Amino acid sequence: MSDFTRDEIHRLALLARLEFTDEQADAFAQQLTQILHYVETLNGLDTTGVEPTSHALALHSVMRDDEPRPSLSNAEALANAPEQEAGCFRVPPIIQEL
Amino acid sequence: MTAFETVIGFEIHTELLTRSKVWCGCSTQFGQPPNTQVCPICLGLPGSLPVLNRRALELALRACVALNCRIAPVIQFERKNYYYPDLPKNYQISQLRKNLGEAGWLEFQVGDETRRVRINNVHLEEDAGKNIHPETPGADYSLVDLNRAGTPLLEIVTEPDLRSAAEAAAFMNAMKSLLEYLEVSDCNMHEGRLRFELNISQRRAGEERLGTKVEVKNLNSMKTVLRCIDAEEDRQRDLLESGESVIQETRLWDEPSGRTRAMRSKEVAHDYRYFPDPDLVEIHVDEAWVGRVRAELPELPDARRRRFVEQYGLTDYSAGVLTARKPVAEYFESALRSHANPVGIGNWVINEVLRWLGEDPDRELADYPVAAHDLAVLVRMIDEATISGKIAKEVYKAMMAGEGAPEAIVKAHGLVQITDTSEIEPIVARVVAENPDTVAKIRAGKDKAIMALVGQVMKETRGKANPQTVNELIRSRIDEMV
Repeated sequence: MSDFTRDEIHRLALLARLEFTDEQADAFAQQLTQILHYVETLNGLDTTGVEPTSHALALHSVMRDDEPRPSLSNAEALANAPEQEAGCFRVPPIIQEL
Repeated sequence: MTAFETVIGFEIHTELLTRSKVWCGCSTQFGQPPNTQVCPICLGLPGSLPVLNRRALELALRACVALNCRIAPVIQFERKNYYYPDLPKNYQISQLRKNLGEAGWLEFQVGDETRRVRINNVHLEEDAGKNIHPETPGADYSLVDLNRAGTPLLEIVTEPDLRSAAEAAAFMNAMKSLLEYLEVSDCNMHEGRLRFELNISQRRAGEERLGTKVEVKNLNSMKTVLRCIDAEEDRQRDLLESGESVIQETRLWDEPSGRTRAMRSKEVAHDYRYFPDPDLVEIHVDEAWVGRVRAELPELPDARRRRFVEQYGLTDYSAGVLTARKPVAEYFESALRSHANPVGIGNWVINEVLRWLGEDPDRELADYPVAAHDLAVLVRMIDEATISGKIAKEVYKAMMAGEGAPEAIVKAHGLVQITDTSEIEPIVARVVAENPDTVAKIRAGKDKAIMALVGQVMKETRGKANPQTVNELIRSRIDEMV
């Protein structure tokens, strides 16, 4: 496993909409590298014949029926919104297209 | 000039017809006040956990079966990570590595030819909310309505198997028709519940390798897709002919200019970092379930076409045309319940209803001004000789103009066919007397000359006489004169 670089930290920060100074990025690069190396210990296990899984639950095929249930009220839905207007969340302008 | 070949593929998104959302119990009803169909799950509030709607998966499965896909025995949902205000969790739950359906195909007709488009995969995901851009000049903010967030969305990805706008049009119609027949979606394109995204590239004739493709978003109608294919074809060919290259990118359709434009690089700086959603467990899609879905498939276009031939005595061609779109087939059968003349009503539907639909690829039958029952009554009035076929065209025009039911129109305009020959005989006598030259021609054996006289009588009766009757009356009048 290779080490994290400052540039990779900046790129991850951009994807997470965070902004770091170079000093912070360097510190995180070092810490994340340590964490990755620690997790790498798992590579020492022999997993031959073990199906990969994405969680530790012995459950599968959990589904619900298509029954509508009451939603929140508009006021409840917007209760945590820093800004609202006309029943909507009000956000910084979005470039029209994505 | 080098000959180029256009290569087209589609990504199709359609909202599934469930009553509740895919991961929570909020209603999916359209057109409700903003943010009234939301809950902690579809708002992405911390600690909330999604649970899959069985019906959503079943409808997706139905589409996979009808598209001849291989069904995955075990599926998994993944997070597609990106930031956008209409996506409250900052990830969309989608599928990537274990798609529900893969390696399918759809057959459709282009003219007389049967074409097949391969389906790369079909998977289940969720729709986003809606961003609203205030029209107030200078408004420096946007509004977000999350009612739609979490609506089950089916994505169908094709292989690049289409070669022209005409093929693309036939494919889109066939896909829409199939989805309508399957009753998995209402396929309303105006309201964005069925969307086609285009992949398009060029290659020089005879070349195997595909050219660099461009993906185009923001196409909200079939007509727009077709205009976009023309515009992109021109743009890409111009680039290649002047020795430049096409850049692989996502472009946006710009309606006012009728062209595509590149998105700014920041808009596409995505790295989705897909990973399995730990909040959702694997789903086992067992064979019994697939078998049940297969057995319960609604009547599809092919089966309905055969039934129309057998049950109604239609030609294979007419049956094919009438069943190409589910709403049209239903309109036809609904009209038959008011008047059982399949051939007569079939002709009117093919000639008038389908012509109207064909004038604009985005027209919906629901907006057609004439109710099925009224069209049936119109045909019955012809069949019962209340009006002539010619008058029927006039009545139809009035019906299209919203003048109401055919009986009322016929009455209001005094269009009832004159069946009483004593009303027509004097006119016939006069027309025959006024045209001795024509009469001489008819006597000399020029049978067709009689049509001029029939025309005059029809004109004088304002089309209310039966042309066949008029024809007979003229003949007997001439014979009497001998």
